Amino acid sequence: MKFSEAWLREWVDPAIGRDELLDQLTMAGLEVDGVEPVAQALQGTVVARIDAVEPHPHAPNLQVCAVSDGAGRHQVVCGAPNARPGLLSAYARIGAVLPGDIEIAEAELRGVSSAGMLCSAVELGLGTESDTIVELGSDCEVGADLAAAIGLDDVSIDVDLTPNRGDCLGLRGLAREVGVLNDLPVRHRRAPPVPASIDSTFPVTLEDGAGCPRYLGRVIENIDVGAATPFWMAERLRRSGLRSIDPVVDVTNYVMLELGQPMHAFDLDRLDGGIVVRWALEGETMTLLDGREIKPDPDVLLIADGSGPVAVAGVMGGERSGVGLDTVSVFLECAFFAPLAVAGAARRLGLHTDASHRYERGVDFELQAQAVERATGLLLEIVGGEAGPVLESVDRDHLPTRPTVSLRQARLDELAGVPIPPGEVDRALARLDFELVERSETEAAGIVWTISVPSHRFDIRIEADLVEEVCRIYGYGRIPSLLPDAALALRPAPLGHNDERSVKRLLAAAGFQEVITYSFVDPVTQDLLDPRGNPVPLANPMSAEQSVMRTCLLPGLVDALRFNTQRQQEAVRLFELGYCFTPESDPKRSGPRQVSMLGGLLWGERTPESWHTESAAVDFFDIKGQVEQLLAWAGAKDVAFQPGDDPVLHPGQQAVVILGGERVGRLGRLHPELEHRLDVGPGVHVFELSSDAVLSHRQRKYSPISRMPSVRRDLALVVNERVTAAQVQSTLADALGEILVELRLFDVYRGKSIDSNEKSVAVGLTFQHPSATLTEADISGYAAKAVAALQSKLGARLR
Amino acid sequence: MNVDQVLQNAESAVGQARDEASLEAVRVRYLGRKGELTALLKSLGRMDAAERPKAGAAINAAKERLQASIADRKQALVGEQLTAEIAAETVDVTLPGRRPAAGGLHPVTQVIARVEGIFTGAGYDVVAGLEIEDDYHNFEALNIPHHHPARSMHDTFYFGDGTLLRTHTSPAQVHVMESQEPPIRVICPGRVYRRESDLTHTPMFHQIEGLVVDRGIGFAHLKGTVTDFVRRFFDCDLALRFRPSYFPFTEPSAEVDVQCVNCLGSGCRVCSNTGWLEIMGCGLVHPNALEMSGIDSETWSGFAFGMGGDRLAMLLYEVNDNRMFFENDLRFLRQFN
Repeated sequence: MKFSEAWLREWVDPAIGRDELLDQLTMAGLEVDGVEPVAQALQGTVVARIDAVEPHPHAPNLQVCAVSDGAGRHQVVCGAPNARPGLLSAYARIGAVLPGDIEIAEAELRGVSSAGMLCSAVELGLGTESDTIVELGSDCEVGADLAAAIGLDDVSIDVDLTPNRGDCLGLRGLAREVGVLNDLPVRHRRAPPVPASIDSTFPVTLEDGAGCPRYLGRVIENIDVGAATPFWMAERLRRSGLRSIDPVVDVTNYVMLELGQPMHAFDLDRLDGGIVVRWALEGETMTLLDGREIKPDPDVLLIADGSGPVAVAGVMGGERSGVGLDTVSVFLECAFFAPLAVAGAARRLGLHTDASHRYERGVDFELQAQAVERATGLLLEIVGGEAGPVLESVDRDHLPTRPTVSLRQARLDELAGVPIPPGEVDRALARLDFELVERSETEAAGIVWTISVPSHRFDIRIEADLVEEVCRIYGYGRIPSLLPDAALALRPAPLGHNDERSVKRLLAAAGFQEVITYSFVDPVTQDLLDPRGNPVPLANPMSAEQSVMRTCLLPGLVDALRFNTQRQQEAVRLFELGYCFTPESDPKRSGPRQVSMLGGLLWGERTPESWHTESAAVDFFDIKGQVEQLLAWAGAKDVAFQPGDDPVLHPGQQAVVILGGERVGRLGRLHPELEHRLDVGPGVHVFELSSDAVLSHRQRKYSPISRMPSVRRDLALVVNERVTAAQVQSTLADALGEILVELRLFDVYRGKSIDSNEKSVAVGLTFQHPSATLTEADISGYAAKAVAALQSKLGARLR
Repeated sequence: MNVDQVLQNAESAVGQARDEASLEAVRVRYLGRKGELTALLKSLGRMDAAERPKAGAAINAAKERLQASIADRKQALVGEQLTAEIAAETVDVTLPGRRPAAGGLHPVTQVIARVEGIFTGAGYDVVAGLEIEDDYHNFEALNIPHHHPARSMHDTFYFGDGTLLRTHTSPAQVHVMESQEPPIRVICPGRVYRRESDLTHTPMFHQIEGLVVDRGIGFAHLKGTVTDFVRRFFDCDLALRFRPSYFPFTEPSAEVDVQCVNCLGSGCRVCSNTGWLEIMGCGLVHPNALEMSGIDSETWSGFAFGMGGDRLAMLLYEVNDNRMFFENDLRFLRQFN
C-alpha cells in the first residue's frame, strides 16, 4: 500500500517528524518498504493566473497569454489547449530551474517573445500529462511558491502489509492505526449522503449470498466524461502509485485508496436487463477490460447482465460494459464480496488487481453505504450528472458477523511475559475501535475484557489475537527478554549411531569437498545416470532442467564435476549426503519414497603435482579404499564387494557393496561412453551408499591382546586368472582360523614366466597364538595347511 | 726398539688413522696378539730379573696409554662421520611438504552445525524431518487452510498425488508435536523448496526452525532466546528489534531485525542503508496449531522461530550472492575449509 504522508496527516497528524512516523509504522507491523519524495526540487515556479488569452499571430497552435504572478504581469506563449482566462496554473519564471536541469530563459516563439513558461505536469516532474497545463484549485494564492502551494514537500510511503491487515489498505485504516499508536483521535469526515435527484435505478439480483452478501448500486445520468480529473486528485493518485485514467475510474480508485473499498463503474447504456451476481456457467466466456479472454470455472463469481458476464466479481470488469468516451450514464457498484469467493477466482484466473487484493483480505462489510455516497459526491463535483437513489441488495444470513472475544488479564500477562497495566489495555482496545461489551474481574483471570470485533477487522477471532494487538500497541520493544526455565534433563546418547556430521568430517579429512546440489534435476541427465530410475516428476516445475526428483546423487555430483573441470580444476573429490526420491510401491502410502544417500566422486590426479611424488590419475582402488575406510569406521562387519552389472558404470570396474548380505551401495568408474556423453572424465569414479550403512555404528568391545610374538610367512602362488582375491582370502581365513591374525595381499603379477591364463598372487600371513610361542614346526604346519587348502579349493600352486 | 720409540710410532699411526678400519689396523699392529707392544711384553722373560719389573711397568703403561689414545681417536672418528652424514642429509625446509588432500564441509553445513551446537548445548533436540510432506503437515496443521492468502507467500512445488516439497521445516515441528508430550525443545534444520528464482532467491534453500512448548511460555522468553542466540551465533553483542508481523501459525508474531553485522548499524550496502538486517520470523505458537497436534493450548504455550541457513551463512561469511551456495565451485567452497 502506497500513500502520501501529507494525505495521511490530513486524517491524523501526530507531533512527530517524518523519520519517527516511518519508524513507528514499521515497529507497529506496517513495515515501511520504501519512501520517495513526490517531486524533484522546483525553483522559481509559482502559482499564476491567466488574465487574458490572444491567438498567436503566426502559429495557429499557440496562444499568447497575459499572466499575473503576484509580482507583475508577463506575456507567455503557450501551446496548451486548456489555457484560458481565469485559470490558475504553474508558471516558471525567467531563471526557474525545472526537473531535468532545464533552465527557463526569455524566449521568442515564432516571432512573439515569451517571459517564462506555463507548465504541464510532465514539465514539473509530476506524472505523465503533457498536453495540458496544470489546473490548480481556486484555493491557491497567486504568487505563492508552487511547491508549497501544492504540498510538494511530501513523500510517498510504501508499506508492505501482511495478509492479516487488509484494514490498512486505505487511508482511513492507516490513520486509525497511527491514531492508536499516538493516542490521538482520527479526523474522520464521513461523506454526507447525496440525495437522489432522479428516480432511475437498475435492478440487482443476488443469486448466491454466500459469495456476495451485500451489493449497493446507484445510477448516475448525464455525466460529462470529457471533464478533467482535478489536479489535486490526480496528484494524490500519483503519489499513491496510481495513474490518472479518466474521471470516473479516478474517482472509484480514489475512494478505494481513501476508504479501502473497491468500486466499479459500468456504462449504464451497455448493460442489458439487470445485474445478476452469480457463479459462472459451464462454457461461459468473457473479455476483460485488459483485453484478455477468459473461460471462468463454475466456482468463479461473476457480475452478469441479461447478455452474460460483465465483470469477475471483485477482480476486474469486462470490456463490453466499460466506461468510455461516449459514456453518458454510469451504474456504480459498491459491494462486499466474500474473501474466499474472490481469492479462488483471482488465483485460478491468474489475476491480481487492487480490488482482488483487498477483497481477498477482507473489506469492511459495513463500509459500502459510506463509500457509495463519497464516490457520488466526488463524481457530481467533477463530471456533473444526476444521481438516482442507492439500491441495496443484502443477504443478512451471509453477511459476516462481528464476533465477541474475551481477553483475560492473567493470560495476557503470562503470554506477554510481563504484567501490562490494565489502563494501557483499555486505551489500546478503545482506539482500535474494539467495542467493549463487558469489563469484569475474576479471581483466577483478573480483569476480563470482552469486546465486539469491528467490521473492518477480519483477523481478530480468538484471545491470542487480542494478546497480539495489545502487545503490538504496548510495544514489543517494551517486553523484557527472559529465558525459559527448564529441568536440566539430559538428552539421549545412542551408542549404535554415528551422526551425519562425523561422517562428513571423515570424508572431508580424506580430501573430499562437500557439495549441496539441487534435489530436482534435468530428466535427461537423470535418465542417463539412472536409466532404471523412473524419477518422480514435479507437477509444476520452474524449468525443464529442474523438473524431476533425483533418484540418486550422481546427477548433481557429475554436474558439479563438470562445472569445476570447466574452471581448470585438475583434481575433484566431492561428496554429498542427502535425500533421493523414488516412486512409492506400497499403495497404502502416499508420496515418493525418501531415502537418505551418501555419494562421492573422485576424478583427476591422486596427489597434486609436486617435487616429491610422481603424478598418477585416481583409479578404481582409490574409490574402493574410501568406501572400505568409511565402512570400517562405522564398524561394519561382513562387508563384501561383488562385481556388478550397473549399466552406468564401467562393466569391468564396478562393484556392488554388500553389508550383512544386503546390497547397500555401488561403486566404480562411470561407463566410458557415458563419460563422453556427459562431457566429463575420463576416469570419473563414484560411490553411492545408503546413509544407514555409515550412520549405524557398531558398539566396540575389548578383545584381549596376545602377549606372544607374532610370526609372518609369505607365500607366492600361481592361480587361474578367474580366481579372485576374495576367494584367496576367504580360503585362507577358513583354513587357518583364529591363528591367522593378519592377511596381506601384497602383490599381483602377470607376465614373464606365468601362463597367460594365470597370475601370481603373493600373500603375507601373520600367525599369533593367544598364549603360546609358536615353534618353527607349528609355523611350517600352518603354512603347509594354507598351501594345501589353496591347492584343493582354488587349484593354486606355489610358484 | 725401546718402548718409548714404539709408543711414539704407535701414537703417530693413531693420529693418522682416517677411519675406524685403519684405526683397527693400528690397534692390531701394536696391541694384537702379534703386535709390537705385545711382542715387547713377551720379551720380558728374556730380561734380567732385576730389570724386569721396571721394564714391565713401562710397557704396561705404554699399552694403557695407547689403548686410551685409540679409544679417543675412535670417538672422534665416529663424531666426524656423524657430522658428515648430517651435513649430507640436510634439506631445504622451505620446500612444500607432503600434504594429505584436504576437503571440507559446505559453509551451510558449518552454519547449521554452529546453530545446532548453540541450541543442543541448552538441551534442545535436533529433528531434521523429511522433505516431501502432505498438504496437512505443511499447511493445514499450521493454521494455513486452503484459500488462505498466506499460501501465496509459499509458492509450492507439488507432486500429482497431493504431496509437495515442504516450503518450510515447520512440518517437522508438527510431527514432533503430534508424537511427543510437552515439554518440547527442538531445532529443525533442513532443505526447503519454493517456486522462486531470481537474484536473491533459489528454488531450494535451507531453513532452521526452533520450537519450545512448555507451561508458562511467553513472548519475553521468545525475545530472550532469540536475542541470546543471535548474539552467540555472531559472537557479538548486537542490537535486535522485534517488529509485529504475521504468520498463520504464530500469534503474536514478530519479524526480527538485527543490527547490521557488516556496518554495526551505520548503514551500508548489506543492510540497504537501514542499519538493520531482517534475520528471522517468530512468534508464540498459534493455539490452533497446538490444538491440531493434540496439545491443550490452555495448559501449554510455546514459541517458534525460523531463519534461513543460507542467509546466516551469507552474513557470517560475507557472501553477497546466495546462488553461489549451490553452484559448488571448488574455488568458493574451499574458502571455508
